Amino acid sequence: MNKDISSELVDQVSAAKSTLQPLNIVGGGSKEFLGRVSEGQPLHMREHCGIVDYSPSELVMTARAGTPLVDLIDLLDQHHQMLAFEPPLYNGQATLGGTLATNSSGPSRPWRGAVRDSVLGIRLINGEGQHLRFGGVVMKNVAGYDLSRFQAGAMGSLGVITEVSFKVLPKPATEKTLTFELSQADAIQKLTQWQKQPKPISAAVWVDGVLSIRLSGAQRAVDGTSRQWGGELMDEKEATLFWESIREQTHRFFHDSRPLWRFSVKSSLAATGDDAMVDWGGAIRWVRREASLPNMVQQAIPMEGQVSLYRNGDREAEVFAPLPTPMKQLHQQIKRAMDPYGIFNPGRLYSWL
Amino acid sequence: MKDASDITLTKPQILVELGRVLPTNCIIEDEETLRPYECDGLSVYCEMPLVVVIPETVQQLQAVVRLCHQHAIPLVARGAGTGLCAGAMPHAQGVVVSLARFNRIIDIDEDARTARVQPGVRNLAISEAVGEFGLYYAPDPSSQIACTIGGNVAENSGGVHCLKYGLTVHNVLAFDMLTAEGDLVTIGHQGLDGAGFDLLALLIGSEGMLGIVTEITVKLLPRPEVAQVVMAAFDDVEKAANAVADIIGAGIIPGGLEMMDSHAIRAAEEYCHAGYPIDAEALLLCEIDGTLEEVQEHILRVENLFRQLGAIAVRTSNNEEERMLLWKGRKSAFPAVGRISPDYYCMDGTIPRSQLSNVLKRMNEMSEQYGLRVANVFHAGDGNLHPLILFDANVPGELEKTEEFGGKILELCVEVGGCITGEHGVGVEKLRQMHAQFNDEELSQFHRIKEAFDPKGILNPGKGIPVLKRCQEYRSIEAAK
Ligand SMILES: Cc1cc2nc3c(=O)[nH]c(=O)nc-3n(C[C@H](O)[C@H](O)[C@H](O)COP(=O)(O)OP(=O)(O)OC[C@H]3O[C@@H](n4cnc5c(N)ncnc54)[C@H](O)[C@@H]3O)c2cc1C
Repeated sequence: MNKDISSELVDQVSAAKSTLQPLNIVGGGSKEFLGRVSEGQPLHMREHCGIVDYSPSELVMTARAGTPLVDLIDLLDQHHQMLAFEPPLYNGQATLGGTLATNSSGPSRPWRGAVRDSVLGIRLINGEGQHLRFGGVVMKNVAGYDLSRFQAGAMGSLGVITEVSFKVLPKPATEKTLTFELSQADAIQKLTQWQKQPKPISAAVWVDGVLSIRLSGAQRAVDGTSRQWGGELMDEKEATLFWESIREQTHRFFHDSRPLWRFSVKSSLAATGDDAMVDWGGAIRWVRREASLPNMVQQAIPMEGQVSLYRNGDREAEVFAPLPTPMKQLHQQIKRAMDPYGIFNPGRLYSWL
Repeated sequence: MKDASDITLTKPQILVELGRVLPTNCIIEDEETLRPYECDGLSVYCEMPLVVVIPETVQQLQAVVRLCHQHAIPLVARGAGTGLCAGAMPHAQGVVVSLARFNRIIDIDEDARTARVQPGVRNLAISEAVGEFGLYYAPDPSSQIACTIGGNVAENSGGVHCLKYGLTVHNVLAFDMLTAEGDLVTIGHQGLDGAGFDLLALLIGSEGMLGIVTEITVKLLPRPEVAQVVMAAFDDVEKAANAVADIIGAGIIPGGLEMMDSHAIRAAEEYCHAGYPIDAEALLLCEIDGTLEEVQEHILRVENLFRQLGAIAVRTSNNEEERMLLWKGRKSAFPAVGRISPDYYCMDGTIPRSQLSNVLKRMNEMSEQYGLRVANVFHAGDGNLHPLILFDANVPGELEKTEEFGGKILELCVEVGGCITGEHGVGVEKLRQMHAQFNDEELSQFHRIKEAFDPKGILNPGKGIPVLKRCQEYRSIEAAK
């Protein structure tokens, strides 16, 4: 599908501006579980879709925000290229715009970057109903403030992302997954040592007493490293399914109705309890626990990390780590600079934003 | 939008106020000692500041910021002054704050692969300090011996290895910053992402206009096992340009992929005898790094590709010495070009790789039209051009002609889908070209962002984003031509 409804979107935003009607921006609706509940009239992005430009030798693609990621991946596959950030596809529902707004990136994130690291430029409708273009389609661009990457994780609170240009990567020639039965503490120690070496790691997860490491790259590099590190070689099909279950959060670890907490920490942080799951080579610790955000925030302090309530739990309360006063003020001022009438996804990120 | 022009204090009054918060050895006010601060690396733009301060602690710096905020005094941060867009050029009624004394590496966390450093630490000093752990800091601007990490953050600097390892924005985890009001805030943290807006993304590359960075946590990478560089010479610029796209299209991401044209080749060869073939029209340097096995595999493919694409000579470094020598020519290309012309002006546009040969050709046409030579030495892998326009400032009118030519090159970059600056920033220099890349609504959005951080407009005023009225004037001048 290929359709440009940007002028209708601009009209809808302008109408919302004049009536001060809050808008709830909806892509594929696949990430409704994320952030706080947000009321507002739905602004549907799904129809604004299609790949606008793709030149494989530039390693750059531009697509409308409502395009499902699976459409992008289908085309990239034909050219043996891929999205660097390995995003969750959520049954094919995840769209490009929503993926950027939530900065939703998969297991390869520590090595190949997040969505924000791939983004080169965007088009966006601000709170004045102006359709603007920031960044571009080239690898380096420092003209003006970087309002493109800045959308990552803002949960649509700064404007309606209508188009995204991003860089893509060639697919690695080979992939292998090694597994090691280890305690969490031992796994973190190994990960810390191995990540100091220039080896082709592209994912590393510890769950249920097993450390799984994916190697990607030139055939000989992957073979060489896997010989050196040992472990069990995971069957190729099984490995694909395993990494998919991590990326899509369908792994049995996630089959749980308790609140799911996401600790973003430095990768070498000591073990956090055997009921946790370790992703991103140590930089993410997933914890399932009945607890309140303030309580978990206390726990994050000695970890020098940040915690958020990722899934389940009370989504009318705050779900992201609280910000110190000057930061909170900056957020409010920036929000006003882009969305002066407060119409975009109010309260989705913080109750006060 | 205020331009901090409603300044109420006189120089003696400012000095008295500064004297309350700083020891006297941190204040420079006499003309002779102020002189070196009048410009950055782009010396065609000069301005004498009222005062330069060189604080020693964050508390002192904070007091200076608060003072400037209170009295609406323009404040320009300065790292090493190697910037190439007049970003650190002083304000005539303002204070320059030099971060030269913030030169400590505070902490190296080998296990987390991070380093906490002060903003005045030189880029290269980080890699030197962490080398013993087999780690390094990836972004490597050609000015890395001199430029500071604070300046790199302000400009989102890149370098030869950014094609594979990213720019400053991809390699900084967190920093502390003084806001325009003088509040100390921490942006980012030890983890890979955090709560709230991605302020790192917005602030990196904001040219000292949104805050003053006081401490930075950078990401470190394990040093690749091996790196080898392939030099390929071509008798035709177009062939070389196409080879760049073909390498990338073949699924290889080189550590660096640089190009030099015949002016640059000859100048560099004469300067440091790297063994470049001086009769070549274009030269590519393609570095492959990674594990031993990977490098072997890719080097073979790259050599073959270059031959197939018509390279007249292909040479691969066999050891570190040879690799360093091949790079030496590239790294010293700017000073080398400096020897073949009384002056040169370095431009910095980025274009899609597929436009390389087209843009190089059109640039040559313009070069003839303006009667000014252009040498090209640039980051071809990411389409980041650095045309060096050769001129003589002593010939009346030649600088003006050079600036006009340079402006045209940047506009050409925008026309083919690129941008007016890849890594050097807008500063004062490219204010005029901003209107080629952005319309008034986009520029006003930038101004509103600036106001959100700095309502009084004291931080590096007059840089980065043009005043809209100016743009309209420029446009009508263009239209009238
Ligand atoms: C020969 C040569 C080669 C170069 N090669 C490259 C290259 O390959 N890639 C590249 O990207 N650049 C290159 N540059 C440009 C320049 O070196 C970079 O822009 C560098 O990052 C500037 O650092 P600096 O410390 O000299 O900053 P300065 O020139 O002192 O300042 C640059 C800007 O940063 C601001 N600033 C400085 N410190 C702070 C701080 N602590 N907080 C907030 N703002 C601050 C200043 O106000 C100014 O706007 C080159 C320059 C030269 C002269």
